[in-house]
Parts: sequence; C-alpha cells; structure tokens
Amino acid sequence: MIMMSDELLRIEELSVRFAGSSRNALEKISLQIGRGERVGLIGESGSGKSLTALTIMGLLADNAKCRGSIRWQGRELLGLRDAEYSRLRGEEISMVFQEPMTALDPTMRTGRQVAEVLRLHERAPVGKARPRVLEMLADVGITDPQRVADSFPHQLSGGQRQRVLIAMALINTPDLLICDEPTTALDVTVQARVLELLRSGLDRAGSALLFISHDLAVVSQMVDRIAVIYQGRIVEAGTRSQVLENPHHPYTAGLIATADLANVAPGARLPVLDDFWKRAADGQR
Amino acid sequence: MRRNPGLVVGAAMVALVVVIAVISAFWTPYNPTEVSPNRLLPPSANHLMGTDGFGQDIFSRVLVGARSCLLVGVVAVGIGALLGVPLGITAAVKRHSWFGTLIMRATDIVYAFPALLLAIILAAARGSGSTLTAMTAIGIASVPAFARVSRGAALQVLSQDYIVAARSAGITSGGIAVRHVLPNIAPVVLVQVSVSFGLAILAEASLSYLGLGTPPTTPTWGRMIYESQPYLYSDLNLALWPGLFIAIAVLGFNLLGDGLRELVDPTLQDLDR
Repeated sequence: MIMMSDELLRIEELSVRFAGSSRNALEKISLQIGRGERVGLIGESGSGKSLTALTIMGLLADNAKCRGSIRWQGRELLGLRDAEYSRLRGEEISMVFQEPMTALDPTMRTGRQVAEVLRLHERAPVGKARPRVLEMLADVGITDPQRVADSFPHQLSGGQRQRVLIAMALINTPDLLICDEPTTALDVTVQARVLELLRSGLDRAGSALLFISHDLAVVSQMVDRIAVIYQGRIVEAGTRSQVLENPHHPYTAGLIATADLANVAPGARLPVLDDFWKRAADGQR
Repeated sequence: MRRNPGLVVGAAMVALVVVIAVISAFWTPYNPTEVSPNRLLPPSANHLMGTDGFGQDIFSRVLVGARSCLLVGVVAVGIGALLGVPLGITAAVKRHSWFGTLIMRATDIVYAFPALLLAIILAAARGSGSTLTAMTAIGIASVPAFARVSRGAALQVLSQDYIVAARSAGITSGGIAVRHVLPNIAPVVLVQVSVSFGLAILAEASLSYLGLGTPPTTPTWGRMIYESQPYLYSDLNLALWPGLFIAIAVLGFNLLGDGLRELVDPTLQDLDR
C-alpha cells in the first residue's frame, strides 16, 4: 500500500468489543489524521470518544477485542507488543487526560514526573533533564517553574496540574497529541487560557491534534476537521465549516442547536437533542 | 493523632523494647550467661527480677532478649517483605496472565502450610535449631501475607488515572511498578510490616519454647520461658518476666499496626476531618 507522505494516522473499520458484551463499543470507525492536522472528535458521554483514544494509544484492557486497522505512519498498531507500543507512547503519540486532579502520581514531585517522560525517550542524564523541564513548564505558562517542579501534585491547582500534564505530553515533541476533554474539569477562564497554551504548544512542536470533547464551542476553536461520533459510530465527518454550518446528521444538527443558546428567544423553551433526533427518526422510519 | 490512642500506646511499647535492646548492647547489670550459685533468688535490689535455675540474672537476660527479639523481627519481616511485596506487585501487574495467577496460587500453598512445621522441617534439614533457621522459616511463612496485601493495594493503584497517564507517556510496566506503584502502596505495606513484626516475635518465642529457635548460649524470651518449665509451680518469677515482655512487644507492634492502618485508611481519615 502506498502511503501519502503526510498521512500520520489512518484508522480503518475499527471495531472494539468487550468480552461479555453483545454489541460493539466501537463500530467500524474510520478516521485519518495528516501531519500537523487538527481533528476534533465530538460526541456525548459513552459514545466511544475516549475509547477511540485509548485504542489508538494501545491502552485498552485485555478483555477488549479489536478488529480493523490502525496504521501509524504506515505501520500497523493493532497487535503490537506492549514493549514496542510503549516506545511509541509519549514519544510519537502522547495524550492529555480529562482529569488533572488524578492524572499525576501523588507521591512524586511534578518536576520528576515530567523529567521521567523526557529521560525515558531522550536518555538525558538527570542534570540535563532539569533545565529542559523548567523551560517546558515555563512554555506552558507556569510563572514559577522552579516551585512547581519541586511541588507535589496536591500542592498545585487544577489549572497548574493540567499545564504540567500538557508539558509532559509535549516535551518530546510528539507527532500526534491526543487530548481527551482536557478542559472539562477546569473553570471557564482557566479553560480559555489552557486552550491557548495548547495551541501555541502545538504550533511550536508542529504536532497533529486529535481533540476529543462534547463541547462544540471548545472544539471549534481548536480544530480544522470534525468527526461526530454517536453510539460507537462516526455519523458525520468533514471540515469544521461543513459540519458546523451544514450538518447532515440529525444528531449533529441537534448538538449545534443546543449549543447555540444565544439565538433562543427569551422565555422560549431551550432546544434539546430529542427535538432533532425524534423528528429525523420519524422521517427516516 | 489525638483520636488514635492505640498508635501512641503501641509506639510507646515498641519504643520501650527498642530502648532496652539498645541499652543491653552497652550495659547489663550482670553477664546474662554467667552461671552462679545464687539460684532461684526472688526479685531484690541486687537482682531486680531475681535469678533463674542456673543463677543467671533474669533482668540482664530480659534486656539481652530484646535484642534477639528485634533481630528476629527485622530479619523475618525483611525476608517476608523483600520477597512478598515484589511478588504481590508482579501478580497485580500480570493479573490477566497465567503468571499472576501462578504467583498467587503458590503463595496460597505457602499460606496453608503451618509456619511451625516449616521451621521444624528447616531445622531438621539444617541439622539443628539456630536463630537463622527460625528467622528464615518465619520470614518465608510471612511472604504470603505481604504478597496478598501488596497485590490488593497494587490493583487499586493500577486502576488510577495516573497509571494510565504514565503508560500513555511510554513508561514500561516495570518502571510503573517500581516508580509509581511501590511508593503508592508503601503505607499499606508499612502497616503489614508492623503486624508481621508482632507475629514474628511470637513465632520466634514459640520456636524457642520448642527448642527449635536460638541455641542456649543466646538468651531469648521464648527460650527463657522454656527453661522456666521445671520451676513453673515453685518460682513463677522465671516465666513471668519474659512472658510480660513478649506480651509488651507483640501488643506494641499490633497496636502500632492498627494505629498506622487507621492513619492510612482514607475513609477513616475523612471521618477525622
């Protein structure tokens, strides 16, 4: 198979099923991400967004069976041995998780945790890692990197921890960064700042982005292309303007209308997903 | 701390044993193994706890006994923890593979095997009873407890977000086990150390009592009770003192363990606040 040189990730017909379950948690998902491209994956809770991310990272539990194909720069990832996978993780693909309060080891100083990821992949000696870690922490908008590096996670705020996690994810300049609802746990003002830092970090590293969220407003700030996932299937995909301005799937249309609260007349009932979903279902059936 | 009197009392009792062990290294009123004609004296100013059937000063022997009691505890618990904790963590990391199951079933077998019997077998194999044999047997017998406790704690840690995050950063399962799981289960292991310490002291006393522990030249509390047997009806004094100190040491380590558990257990901690 001849690969386009700028294609990073190609997921084809990926299905995931958990042992003991009668239906697939992911059903024939296909998704491509090119080098430096920013793609959003939108869906509600339980739609399979995070599962997609974990599958790409090779972090699924052993009771999950995957079918289909995940190609990373032309190389098949499904069935890769964990030792080989861990060489890829953090180096070529890295990830920022939703919950900054729990994603850092409570018994290790944050500076060491960032350095651990750096040393692992660059084999940098202890003394050399520290300046690079401090530089990285400063890059993600931490004003006193020395203090933060010497702090334990419980001594930092949620926003600071999420910055540390972003620093960890970007310190090896990965080709692809997966963000799984990175700002959901943060309050709105911190959220905007973290998104901005994420964008500038991605610009510096030249990394591609897979941004997972249920928040249309956040996603549309971050990405060029959007895929909508619903009940384990990708129901719609296209460029940001295609999807947002001219949604084909009723679920997408509902998502957009429910997010657009500014256009609801005062006193009128707020739109809910079912308004769109039921209408479409009646029409289709 | 204020609502945890067990911890304070336990720590004080353990401290007492440690202090007399340290004192005995520098000073004892008499040579603890010196035989004298002053047999079976009651407690007096000259002999605080009296003398035993060989005229040896019981107080001096109790002091020296603290040393071997702690030595047995340290070595036996050390063997138990150094073997059990890595086994438990490995079993947790490999929980989905046959290897993890094999480890836990093997520890179950050791768990089912009576520690005393193991010590007797080891003593028979090595020719005679010695302190090292007793300590090894007690250590091996405490491996399953450490393996189970650390496996349970490790399983809990392994399901945490920061472990998934560490894996997503490319840290291998070995690195995760050593740098992320071990520090996070340390408090739980510490509780087990304290509890096992008490058990080890008791086990050593039982082995010495059966004549399988330390050789006669080394005074230990268990051995002193063993030697007091012919005089149990006439001179209770001989068994009373070593028995009292065994009780102090075992109770102390158990109270300390329980107190630490209360300190570590997050649900109890929340109640405190």
